[in-house]
Amino acid sequence: MRYLPHTPTDISHMLATVGLESVDELLVQVPANLRAQQALGLPDGCPEAEVLERAGELSTSNSILPSFQGAGCYRRDVSSVVSAVLSRAEFATAYTPYQPEVSQGTLQACFEFQTYVALLCGLDVANASLYDGASALAEAVLLSLRVGRGRRRVLMSAGVHPAYRAVTETYLRGSGDTEVELIGLDKNGRTDADLLERALGDDVAAICTGYPNFYGVIDDLGTASRLARRCGALSLSVTSEPLALGLLRSPGELGADVAVAEGQGLGLPISYGGPGVGLFAARQQYLRQVPGRLVGETRDSNGRRGYVLTLATREQHIRRERATSNICTNQGLAALAVTTFLGLAGRKGLRKLAALNTARAHQLAERLASEAGLAPVFSAPFFNEFAIEVPDSKHWFENCVQHGVVPGVRVADLEGSCADGGENRVLVTVTEVNSDADFDLLVSTARQSMAA
Amino acid sequence: MEFPDDVYYTTEHEWLRLEDDGLVVVGITDYAQEQLGDIVFIQLPDLSDVVLSKDEQLAEIESVKTVSEVYSPISGKVVKVNNDLADGPEVLNEDPYGYGWLVHMEPSDDDPTAGLMSADEYRDLVSEGG
Amino acid sequence: MSAGVDRGPEKTVFEKGSPGRCGLDLPEPGPLPLDAKLLRADLEGFPEMSEPEVLRHYLRLSQLNYSAAADFYPLGSCTMKYNPVVNDKVAGLEGFVASHPYAPIELVQGNLRLLRELEEWLVEISGLASVSLQPAAGAQGELAGIKIMRAWHEDQGKPRSKVLIPASAHGTNPASAALCGYDCVVVPVGDDGLVSADAVREFLDDEVAGLMITNPNTLGLFEPAMGEITAAVHEVGGLVYMDGANMNALMGVARPGDMGADILHVNLHKTFSTPHGGGGPGAGPLAVTEQLEKYLPSPRMVEKDGKLDWEYDRPDSIGPVRSFYGNFGILVRAWAYMKACGGDGLTEVTRMAVLAANYLRVRLEQDYDLPCDGPCMHEVVFTDKKLEGGVKTLDLAKRLLDYGFHAPTIYFPLVVQGAIMIEPTESEPLETLDEFADAMIAIAREAREDPGKVKSAPLNTPVARLDETRAARHPRLVWKAEESA
Repeated sequence: MRYLPHTPTDISHMLATVGLESVDELLVQVPANLRAQQALGLPDGCPEAEVLERAGELSTSNSILPSFQGAGCYRRDVSSVVSAVLSRAEFATAYTPYQPEVSQGTLQACFEFQTYVALLCGLDVANASLYDGASALAEAVLLSLRVGRGRRRVLMSAGVHPAYRAVTETYLRGSGDTEVELIGLDKNGRTDADLLERALGDDVAAICTGYPNFYGVIDDLGTASRLARRCGALSLSVTSEPLALGLLRSPGELGADVAVAEGQGLGLPISYGGPGVGLFAARQQYLRQVPGRLVGETRDSNGRRGYVLTLATREQHIRRERATSNICTNQGLAALAVTTFLGLAGRKGLRKLAALNTARAHQLAERLASEAGLAPVFSAPFFNEFAIEVPDSKHWFENCVQHGVVPGVRVADLEGSCADGGENRVLVTVTEVNSDADFDLLVSTARQSMAA
Repeated sequence: MEFPDDVYYTTEHEWLRLEDDGLVVVGITDYAQEQLGDIVFIQLPDLSDVVLSKDEQLAEIESVKTVSEVYSPISGKVVKVNNDLADGPEVLNEDPYGYGWLVHMEPSDDDPTAGLMSADEYRDLVSEGG
Repeated sequence: MSAGVDRGPEKTVFEKGSPGRCGLDLPEPGPLPLDAKLLRADLEGFPEMSEPEVLRHYLRLSQLNYSAAADFYPLGSCTMKYNPVVNDKVAGLEGFVASHPYAPIELVQGNLRLLRELEEWLVEISGLASVSLQPAAGAQGELAGIKIMRAWHEDQGKPRSKVLIPASAHGTNPASAALCGYDCVVVPVGDDGLVSADAVREFLDDEVAGLMITNPNTLGLFEPAMGEITAAVHEVGGLVYMDGANMNALMGVARPGDMGADILHVNLHKTFSTPHGGGGPGAGPLAVTEQLEKYLPSPRMVEKDGKLDWEYDRPDSIGPVRSFYGNFGILVRAWAYMKACGGDGLTEVTRMAVLAANYLRVRLEQDYDLPCDGPCMHEVVFTDKKLEGGVKTLDLAKRLLDYGFHAPTIYFPLVVQGAIMIEPTESEPLETLDEFADAMIAIAREAREDPGKVKSAPLNTPVARLDETRAARHPRLVWKAEESA
């Protein structure tokens, strides 16, 4: 096997050193009644060319069509610099930086990542990342329950991504009597402020608001934060398209105490939904309750600047059952992609890219309205995605796909999506990747499919 | 290692000092801070729920890679906490009997020092290996 | 350092660049369709850099890292094996990276077929009935696994209140159990480093939801009483969760399902060669017995008339633990590794990993204290007891860096004082194993002759020993201009 260096001579030498005749003698540690009864029933191994051939077959049996799908996973033009950096084995094959003296590359990149996330979110501190946006929300809700001791209700806007809501429910299962109350949207697509206000109480730990929300709508996070403050709850901001934070007022500016986001849209491929990277930022006062890895700046014994993992006493390997989370690592390489991407975009470029996304999305919305009669369902301002409603969305959708364009995401196809009469909604997403030709194709197909 | 005479000691390496106003000051001993190493953070009780029974958790002291709990040596009410420790946890290493105090408590028992050790007794305990 | 040049500390990106530079060329977006009151004023604090500056910055940072590709990483319990380069090539195929998680199912049959094969292979290796590939990491697999344990007990009438965990366990085990509302009960480990069936029985009653056990354990020893232990737990109606962090010791040798495990997670970034990435992303697939299949995270893959699809309507499922279907890009890499190795190759991997660990055990046992005698599986734990001159495990770890080796895992497992945990994996040639053993022995000699040198290590790394106390006392987690020095 080409991955294994040991020749028969090496093996004999090692066995002789150990004082045994065969490797089997080492494996007698495993009692006979627990030993595998037969050889592993996997296919035979194969040379690299065969691995590539089979992988090629599988990958090309997928079809990649022009697409307007987003809904938490965004196609983006990413500079080759990002993949060049990620392909550096010094980053890719390093372990968690437990030995800081030989991990300054990873640690400094994490420190830069934390700085970017804090700046984007307008908050004081950020961690070195969590698994994804959905589990980041679950962790933020758990933080709010720890901070608001005894508070047991979480007010969850129906505008929060359905998958994020579902994951939060999973995390909360079996951990006390926490109740998640869904707050519906108003007819404009924002969290219904009246419903939210009526649900307030001194037992509310957190109010969770999608920003922008699942339907792309720029929700009124400021009002949610004000209402949260009124009842002593935390305001949690939840973002699945992180590019929006490059243009919109930051969650911190709008009063959020904790902001979470999926970072995939800042430098990672869509890659069938993973890996992603969870962004997590908070106000300084919650620092000790923040889950996950944190990197801090310090000095070495010669007074030189350096970085280490810090505040580890919050974590599972020290505090065990009383840790802030069971998470062991961050999403190192994915966070590095985000860091590199943000460095390339920079102060002006990120804003411009965000502006381009929103401008293009509005162009398409106008064309769909005027040329295909498909106006956005919600009237509130949106970032780069918007919902349309079509009669018999399943049929319409399939028709579009047959004509070679994926028009968006059928909301009814998502687990946990709100059954509020939205079964014919399709969420259309536009990024800088979508060309004018894509627009033409979608608009004409949408029109024909309506007629069909 | 210091063992001042004006405080009482517990087997859990805490000290108590009786003040003139009937309050009790609580801290950890020089021996305790040395065992813990460089202290980086002290979690003190939240003054909104302050009535503790003896042996209930009073504080948490963190060094870089450990967390140690401090249990209340007496029953009573916490009336003041040392907020300066938030910005300067190193004070606990440098001056455990002085600026490194943890809390002031109003004892609920008449004799809060009953059963506690003198400096000499505590020195003997520590020299036997704690 | 590159070509032996010490360039001094690398500035952060926030101290580099110049106003007006940008690493992206973009068309003008035209007039903004949004009201100005919705917009932020600026991205103050962000750098402005051209493309070559960004590339150079991160390449320089990369040169400050040790890595498994360039260096031997004997980190116990981490399985820092070779990460085949072809895996990255496979994961980067356009058909995979450009597929959207909500794409119509007929457009992504290639993805699902690959995931199906990976599931089947993991079923075979684990000896369990079903696998979910969704968990993003081992810890998330654990969380899902204990949620399943709880859901199952709830269906039996009550969730029960306790989970038993041996003292030698990873800290994640109690943290995961606590997240699921369980009290953790620590089962003591014997002087031989093993969990005995009697020690477990001591704690068994009808409040025990289950036992979490790592096998081989964190001392690198196979738990020989595993069969008896799992039977005892089952007898009181409990379930057995096996932490599969150490599967590299078991492939083709023993199967968790056959040993009585009901739930198992495996770390694809350990046993199945996906890169650690300086902390992630990894993947932590979860395997369960037939009776627990219905609780696995939703959605589940189902096959109808030769077409694969995701099934969301799973009333008994604990629900999803992350968005979409898992860390697909990582799953693809593990698939490529298993495809390349095959059943025989994986078995050989295990055998060579065990041989290498035992070779180092024998080569070092003169100079280093071995708390548990006798053969080990894939890793071996020493202590600093025999080191002279007041040299401690941490000093040894730092000194190894000077010799060009990453440190072993240190001070873990907690049941061994001053633990030095070494896992060579199957990937290292004999010469490297010997060089490492020679370095360890040389450091033991230095401890006798010049302990001061060992204690001031590392001396040859990009930075000297870092002040962790300072970092924790006055945390600086984000870059700020006024604080920079």
